[in-house]
Amino acid sequence: MGLQHRHFDALIIGAGGAGLNAALRLASANHRVAVVSKVFPTRSHTVAAQGGVNAALANVLPDNWHWHMFDTVKGSDYLGDQDAIETMCREAIPTVYELEHAGVPFSRLDNGKIYQRAFGGMSQNFGGEQAARTCAAADRTGHAILHTLYQQNIRARTHFFDEVFAVDLLRDDAGVVLGALVLDIATGEPLVIESKTTLLATGGYGQVFRTTTNAFINTGDGMAMALRAGVPVQDMEFYQFHPTGVAGKGMLITEGARGEGGYLINAQGERFMERYAPNALDLASRDVVARAIVTEIREGRGCGPHQDHVLLKLDHLGADVVHHRLPGIVDICRVFQGIDPAKQPIQVFPTAHYAMGGIPTDRAARVVAPVHKGPEEAVPGLYAAGECACVSVHGANRLGGNSLLDILVFGRAAGQDIERYLSENPHHRPLPQHTLDPILARLERWDRHGEGEPVHVVKADLRKLMEDHCGVFRDHDTMAKGVEKLRTLRERIEHARLQDHSQIFNTARIEALELDNLVDVGMATLACALAREESRGAHSRIDFPERDDVHWMQHSLFWREGDRVEAKPVRTKPLTVESFPPKARVY
Amino acid sequence: MSSQTEADRRRLRWQCRRGMLELDLLFSTFIDQLDAPLSAAEHADLLHLLGCQDQQLHDWLIGGNEPEEPRLRALVARILAAQSGATASSDA
Repeated sequence: MGLQHRHFDALIIGAGGAGLNAALRLASANHRVAVVSKVFPTRSHTVAAQGGVNAALANVLPDNWHWHMFDTVKGSDYLGDQDAIETMCREAIPTVYELEHAGVPFSRLDNGKIYQRAFGGMSQNFGGEQAARTCAAADRTGHAILHTLYQQNIRARTHFFDEVFAVDLLRDDAGVVLGALVLDIATGEPLVIESKTTLLATGGYGQVFRTTTNAFINTGDGMAMALRAGVPVQDMEFYQFHPTGVAGKGMLITEGARGEGGYLINAQGERFMERYAPNALDLASRDVVARAIVTEIREGRGCGPHQDHVLLKLDHLGADVVHHRLPGIVDICRVFQGIDPAKQPIQVFPTAHYAMGGIPTDRAARVVAPVHKGPEEAVPGLYAAGECACVSVHGANRLGGNSLLDILVFGRAAGQDIERYLSENPHHRPLPQHTLDPILARLERWDRHGEGEPVHVVKADLRKLMEDHCGVFRDHDTMAKGVEKLRTLRERIEHARLQDHSQIFNTARIEALELDNLVDVGMATLACALAREESRGAHSRIDFPERDDVHWMQHSLFWREGDRVEAKPVRTKPLTVESFPPKARVY
Repeated sequence: MSSQTEADRRRLRWQCRRGMLELDLLFSTFIDQLDAPLSAAEHADLLHLLGCQDQQLHDWLIGGNEPEEPRLRALVARILAAQSGATASSDA
């Protein structure tokens, strides 16, 4: 039986903010647009983004995009590409107005303008007073944006393939991307979507770590598809961890809890931050607090029967303060730990939150890789935007309020450049049958019957391995051992088997394909982290505690073939303004 | 008929994949802990609940705001009880 083929101008994989913003632009211009999403689109992880969108609208305090750019370059620990950062900070302003016109219910000031709140890392006048730059729709900005974009896409007649899993990219011998092979989860039937352009907008991969804030869907699918198609991923060592997640679960306990006077203790009841940060104590920077927690646990001072967490104490603050100022934390603790944090301490462990790295793109969201002529040649027909991409605006660390901005600006940029590409490439290219063969072989591999390890066991081991060997505690020996263990684990997957081979809603098969993806992005993360012998932004090494601009002011590129890591220059030259040269990052 | 029920169960499990980790954990714990298959009415109620928006579900399941519809209210209580049982047993 032959495979069914469908044809589109643009195939968008992932239905979060980046994908839907690109889709809306293209569908509104009457292009044939397909959006493939493994879950119903409004259940994409964008829905969980509460913070807001940074844009220098100057509605509350003086502001301009150049100050926003300074903060972002500094926040990136000077690893962000300054042309992309300039683009993002300039385009933030029209992007927010465009969303406002599309119907996003931003919170308002009394004068009717969009309300903007202050957020960490945001300054006026290049490092001066606190800025107010973050536009929000109450505490549900991501939800409001996602629903607005979805409704607008329905109106624009975007074709949604809901509950359809993208398996792999189709790439011809000339390297042109021709769409993707996808799997209808409901029927188990593969489908070939041939498309003149393809946008990867699949989000992050927090599920590679045992403790994460990310939803179950965040399994790095787009990044792994790119890797298998011979495209490298960039800066995967830069992964943002929050020091205080709910132990064993992952949800965030915001810094606000420590801001109100909460503090951390180990199994001996000792306030251990006194040893790691005698002045800032529990309000030291995120990486310092996170590493302190893991060090306590590694040295045997963790709490609980498995000594695998520490405690965050709030009970001394009084029930009034805890219940009135930290209601979200009270809710989370009640539901997931069965405690009232005003009476009992919270069990916490660092939680994986956000990937700065991803598929390398230029500021038009075109996927770029070194092929023949230079470090940034466009892969024809392929685009990436959002957390799965690395444009790179976040560099070594991301500022709050810049992630929703990233997905919106570069989703929009992808839409714009796809329009240009379509005008220059109006016809479908022929799809050679042999491009499908390795993808179908991978699907068939998971259909093999017989004895073998179950997928969930291998997945749990992978997540533990990544947390232990590439979490917040990083040194050469720990990570080298991690790479070795991950190579062994990768072998185990060859022998893993599904118990269920049915076609209808076989979610076990989807979880197996996700495991393939997690292993690829896990190896990329470990290999890049092992290679980078310095501490910069979110990547901090015990054995190389300083930033080293002489040797490491460069991006990392990881190729799946041979688990190879190479360097790529940082674009330090903005478009219209002077470069911000590296300085010590002090707040 | 039994294969239909099995397919329904698997479909339900995929509907439990949400945009938020909190909801993923609550729904997957509930489904994993069911010791008997859901009745047709329970199945319909759960499908109805899973059809709600993530923010609404978050308000009900984590924010402590109860749904007005009694059947959904009962289901929300069961999901929370399953989580609370799981938390208690992991502490033991």
